[in-house]
Amino acid sequence: MNITQFLSQPWPWYIAGPLIGLMIPLLLILGNKAFGVSSSLRHICAAALPANLAFFKYNWKKELWNLFFVAGLVIGGFIAAYLLRNPEPMQLNPALVAELGTYGIVPTSSFLPESVFNWSALFTLKGFISMVVGGFLVGFGTRYAGGCTSGHSIMGLSTLQWPSLVATICFMLGGFLVANFVIPQLLK
Amino acid sequence: MTELAYKTTEEVKEDNIDFEVRSLDSLCINESDIKQPWWYDLKYILPGILFGIILVKSEVISWYRIQEMFRLQSFHMYGVIGSAVVTGAISVLIIKKFKIKTLYKETIEFNPRPFSKGQIYGGLMFGFGWALTGACPGPLYAQIGMSGTITFLVLLSAVAGTWVYGWIRNRLPH
Repeated sequence: MNITQFLSQPWPWYIAGPLIGLMIPLLLILGNKAFGVSSSLRHICAAALPANLAFFKYNWKKELWNLFFVAGLVIGGFIAAYLLRNPEPMQLNPALVAELGTYGIVPTSSFLPESVFNWSALFTLKGFISMVVGGFLVGFGTRYAGGCTSGHSIMGLSTLQWPSLVATICFMLGGFLVANFVIPQLLK
Repeated sequence: MTELAYKTTEEVKEDNIDFEVRSLDSLCINESDIKQPWWYDLKYILPGILFGIILVKSEVISWYRIQEMFRLQSFHMYGVIGSAVVTGAISVLIIKKFKIKTLYKETIEFNPRPFSKGQIYGGLMFGFGWALTGACPGPLYAQIGMSGTITFLVLLSAVAGTWVYGWIRNRLPH
């Protein structure tokens, strides 16, 4: 096996998880930054359309690091997708593959089901709810909760903040309800 | 610190509001006495790139993996988040125990995060969105690099969601 083949394989959880955990000390040591991604959405609002709202009236330039961090995320996604891409379809639980098959979704090496996430699906109910309503809930919910998976579930739990545990439980509960009861109806 | 002495009352007041507003949802306020030019922040692109590569290679930004997680059909996502928390917690303990400083010799600070009802209501809403889009905010950005324009639309919806939250925030229970 050569190095490119090795790198194009998916990474197991016990490699990826600890690497993600190491982002915490890395950002702290680089300059006292708390690991978190969703605040970048707020800085984008503050920079682009503060509209005189108190919530967006702050000096977002002091949080510029967070915007560079998410710009890096886009670049990293691009590098991994084009240089280190795994050409094989993902190894999924057969029960999920069977269920998705009944909705006409066949998993490929792409990370999103193309029949739901594409521009023409935007005008269908499942496409609109999955992309626009889903995205809106992510942006609204994370700010209301004060953080997302990185800020609450990883940074917050690592520093033993009980409110972050409450938030994480609610994330999981919300996702559990929608994935099991709403998505099957939506994709039908 | 001497610089602060020259600030007018007006400026100090403005700084305080700024601090209050920004600290609403931050574990660290990232306030620093060292004044550095903006391009010092450019270095944060590198951890971002690294994080993006990890997110793609571990497939945690896959819609399919998120469906598996919420259907309890795979351990993968739980393993990733769980081992990230353990590694993070050990790192934080080491930083506290050995009083490790930042690269610029500043003390590393942790601010307690207060409880608000938003963590329940907002948490549930984010959970709904996470299952629908198959992405939390980090993956939203990484997916743009990977899947292109259509995920940009999801990100724009998320920015809109954050904006609407900022707009109606005073009328929501916290």
